[in-house]
Amino acid sequence: MRPFAYVSAPDVDTAVRAIAEQPGAKLLGGGTNLVDLMRQDVERPTTVVDISSVPLTGVDELPDGGLRIGALVRNSHLAAHPLVRTRFPVLAQALLSGASGQLRNMATVGGNLLQRTRCLYFVDGAAACNKREPGSGCDAIGGFHRGNAVLGTSEHCVATHPSDMAVALAALDAVVEAQSVRGTRRIPLVELHRLPGDTPHLETVLDADELITAVEVPASAVAATSRYRKVRDRASFAFALVSVAAALDVEDGAVSAVRVALGGVAPKPWRAYEAERVLTGAPATEESFRAAAEAELADASGLPGNDFKIELARRTIVATLRQLRVEGGAA
Amino acid sequence: MTQAPEKTRPSVERPADAEGPAVGRPVDRVDGTVKTSGEARYAAEFPFPDIAHAAMVHSTITRGRITGIDTAEATAVEGVLAVITHENAPKMVPPGRPTPLDLSSMAPGTRVNYLNTDEVHWNGQPVAVVVAESLEAAHAAARLVRVTYDALPATTDFAAAQADATPVKGNLLEIGEAKKGDAEAALAAAPVSVDATYTTPPQNHNAIEPHATTAVWDGDRLTVHEATQGIEWVRKHLAVRFGVPAANVRVIATYVGGGFGGKGAVWAGTLLAVLAAKATGRPVRMALTREAVYRTVGGRTPTRQRVALGAGRDGQLTALLHEGVSAVGRMGGRSEAVGSQSQHLYAARTVLIRHSTTEMDTVPNTFMRAPGEAVGSFALESAVDELAVELGVDPVQLRTRNEPERSPTDGKRFSRQNLGRVYADGAERFGWAARDPKPRSMRDGRRLIGWGVASAFHMPIQLPADVSVRLAADGTVLVRSSFHEIGVGAATAQAQIAADALGVPVDAVRVEHGDSDQPVGPMAGGSGQTASLAAAVLEACDRIKREALALARKAPGSPLRGRRPAELRATGSGLFRADLPPGAESAGETYAAILTRAGRGYLEARTGSDNRLRAAAGQARFMTRFLLDRRRWVRAAIGAHFCEVAVDEDTGEVRVTRWVGVFDVGRVVNAKTATSQLRGGIVMGIGAALGEETLLDPRTGRIMNPGLGEYHVPVHADVPAIDVTYLDEPDPTAPAGILGIGEVSIVGVAAAVANAVHHATGVRVRDLPVTLDRLL
Ligand SMILES: Cc1cc2nc3c(=O)[nH]c(=O)nc-3n(C[C@H](O)[C@H](O)[C@H](O)COP(=O)(O)OP(=O)(O)OC[C@H]3O[C@@H](n4cnc5c(N)ncnc54)[C@H](O)[C@@H]3O)c2cc1C
Ligand code: SF4
Repeated sequence: MRPFAYVSAPDVDTAVRAIAEQPGAKLLGGGTNLVDLMRQDVERPTTVVDISSVPLTGVDELPDGGLRIGALVRNSHLAAHPLVRTRFPVLAQALLSGASGQLRNMATVGGNLLQRTRCLYFVDGAAACNKREPGSGCDAIGGFHRGNAVLGTSEHCVATHPSDMAVALAALDAVVEAQSVRGTRRIPLVELHRLPGDTPHLETVLDADELITAVEVPASAVAATSRYRKVRDRASFAFALVSVAAALDVEDGAVSAVRVALGGVAPKPWRAYEAERVLTGAPATEESFRAAAEAELADASGLPGNDFKIELARRTIVATLRQLRVEGGAA
Repeated sequence: MTQAPEKTRPSVERPADAEGPAVGRPVDRVDGTVKTSGEARYAAEFPFPDIAHAAMVHSTITRGRITGIDTAEATAVEGVLAVITHENAPKMVPPGRPTPLDLSSMAPGTRVNYLNTDEVHWNGQPVAVVVAESLEAAHAAARLVRVTYDALPATTDFAAAQADATPVKGNLLEIGEAKKGDAEAALAAAPVSVDATYTTPPQNHNAIEPHATTAVWDGDRLTVHEATQGIEWVRKHLAVRFGVPAANVRVIATYVGGGFGGKGAVWAGTLLAVLAAKATGRPVRMALTREAVYRTVGGRTPTRQRVALGAGRDGQLTALLHEGVSAVGRMGGRSEAVGSQSQHLYAARTVLIRHSTTEMDTVPNTFMRAPGEAVGSFALESAVDELAVELGVDPVQLRTRNEPERSPTDGKRFSRQNLGRVYADGAERFGWAARDPKPRSMRDGRRLIGWGVASAFHMPIQLPADVSVRLAADGTVLVRSSFHEIGVGAATAQAQIAADALGVPVDAVRVEHGDSDQPVGPMAGGSGQTASLAAAVLEACDRIKREALALARKAPGSPLRGRRPAELRATGSGLFRADLPPGAESAGETYAAILTRAGRGYLEARTGSDNRLRAAAGQARFMTRFLLDRRRWVRAAIGAHFCEVAVDEDTGEVRVTRWVGVFDVGRVVNAKTATSQLRGGIVMGIGAALGEETLLDPRTGRIMNPGLGEYHVPVHADVPAIDVTYLDEPDPTAPAGILGIGEVSIVGVAAAVANAVHHATGVRVRDLPVTLDRLL
């Protein structure tokens, strides 16, 4: 790890000023991603601004029944919150499927959203990686890319966004609130992350000096019947090969409301609008689920080592919707 | 159907505080308290006031020459003491060639003379070492060393390199080819046959303690605290490389956080820590990062195997062919003898076993738990399952029907022959009789259930062992030997053995180990440490008892006067007549009484010798005996694995849901530690079956997943309740009846899983690991 200056910020104002003044500064939430990447020499902040004691730790009910979640709420705390568990089970499930107990105790909501890809070549300084070093090439495309993306990729980068939590939030129409010295703005979560195009090093629409203060999840009736299904190489403590966040309401045998988002397959939490379009109003049957999955993955393109994810994603969408239909939402 | 049976504890267990012999009881580990309290010190934890820290710089090219190293920026980092490169490193004597006469000549993991050459032989080879006042400064500066290279072409793609494979000749300790009859012809003529190719990927050990060395020079005397399974190899090898007498080198490894073979050889970290200590004149600690372990310590090499089996309709094997290609590092590493178990396990009328290797420019491969058998059994035991399907015969029956009377390839006798028994026991515990052989015949909701079996087979080695045993007048016993406590309970086992041999309570025995100042212990490898030590401890205890008796026989007042050893037994911390109850008057006397009367503070016996010449002669004698013995007997630990898997029908995710393993490992010294060893092997086998794979980029030979985040060992949720039992009968040909248990239980695990997956899904996976994409 390279030497860096350390600032502990007691409040948001101090923090946003610190990152505005220090061009190479980085915020430290739980540090579970940033510190690892600093050890691997991928992140090289000149200043680390520690926001772990900034009091953005509330989970508050909004007047409409939605939730406002402070950016420094720990993942384990959020997963255990009664309102999250009852109104947004998909979010609780997604959080609990991520990382390990120890990591979730440290990880914050803001840090989780901005965690970086687990692409094997991104974290290895000896490899060519357009995201880490623009213009250097992409070693993943001709190398190991089992974990990489099949949707929204470009010839310059096929990295996935690794978060589970963000997939649930994408399905729930969450909105991110960001603050800088210039003021506060609200960004729909599905617009927070960018697709790589020819600038894979630009990962979000945030400016370098913006701090995420909160995430708001609007009230949603369908969210009460929701699930998160994560498919991975071992039973726990592994990133998703494919994950599906879904919510489903059925009336008279037809889909009246549905939300689907995918993880592990795209450079961002992937809201499956196409699948939702096909499903809405369609009979809640295996055939419709399959048709929706086909439609969503129609433009997917894989590489030799991750082609299987396309069919896996289809099957996981179908399986998750089927389970919602048969068993209802997660308890 | 997915319920685990009630019995999940060893059937033969006796309570820890039972009367009678200590051997066999689940005695608590003697090192339990120091480990749980954190008092036990590991190699990277020995404090020195002026300690300096070292970090490696790894090559980022695969093969070539260093054309320049710019160390200016690294040297300028505050706290950096030295940046050592091939341009300024102290000289090391190049490693010699291994010879069978001195096993310690096998110590070097590689022929590369680190930092004494500008040559690069694999991607990740250390090319510089930074020494600094703090670990952080060392690591920060290591990033700033700029190396330029002239790259040369390299062989890094195993699939492509197989075309250049050459046959393994075989030697005293390693099989090349084994043959009986014309197996190809018999295969062609067989009414039923299978012939398939299986592959296994490279794997790494991932011991919980990454390799670490603390090295301290005092003039030309060297002390190293080392994470090793082979203290004596380290001591001798460092002496050779640094040109000092072996007597000047002390190696201390009291506690080692696991090894699995990865700490058997001497790797770069050890040499470079000693080199750095020499260059800086400071005690130097080199605690490898997990990444550095992957880049500089070899793992298990990849294999491609063909197994072909021919049988009559009755299931009698008429042909068994097992041919394996494995990769070896161009700068070191040995062939993976995948056909090892195939020589002995089944009574095939004709047999052909062949090994070949192909050289690759990668970190040299090394031993990893059950080298040969762990991956060889995947191919053999999968093929047997395939044959069972072809024949329509139950896979348990097919195996037991082919249990050989004598070893098929060489006619040797088996010291024990219990394949039928372990399968029968396992089948009952598992409930195998209820199995419908049809694939996809069982389910649990949307999960397909499958049951599979496979045999375990491993031949433990024996090693020379020196120990000293001292019996004090107060009845306490001290056993000393430089063996290794790598987490298995080795010291506890020797305390139990000595306690029984001398007739004292286990807690009267103290065991000192892990220091080359002690009598030379065996290395922790080949499942040989416990039995090898037991032989020496028993011999030493015998001598002590004879000496005690000699003292008592001469003493006028002693009830043992005139008694012969055969009439006595060691019990109650003394020697007592076997024909009288121990409490009876004049039955015998305690050691305390004997020693006090004789005016002796203690009795001590030492087996082996520290005299160098005699030690060499002793080793040669031992090897001769060992090889003669091997010529007479096949002495193997065996087992039967029964496995249940659940495969998600939608996603192909495989989870192991139930396991029964029944083993014959000879006498079991400690029910608790033995069970945990056997269980641990199964867990590691589940890892190999479902997830473990070192991702070596075929374009560069660079390991792309050098860490536990991306190299998937099993986590708790991957491991079901594991029911482990054993026959617990002494092997009449082994010391104290003990066979080794460290490796046998990993053998066959991957095949049992793959066989169960086939039963669940109808899909035969012949390439490890069995990941879900192979089942979609
Ligand atoms: C072994 C391992 C396994 C894992 N497995 C999973 C998994 O299965 N699923 C999963 O989803 N995740 C997994 N993770 C990732 C984990 O969820 C993230 O590391 C964690 O959520 C990051 O949160 P943090 O608070 O620690 O972030 P930090 O490391 O503190 O920060 C991450 C990034 O976000 C920035 N940042 C932090 N807070 C803010 C803020 N408020 N505003 C603006 N920028 C901010 C930081 O500057 C940094 O760039 C795993 C991690 C590890 C180490
Ligand atoms: S996929 Fe993206 S992150 Fe991975 S190597 Fe290519 S450019 Fe880098």
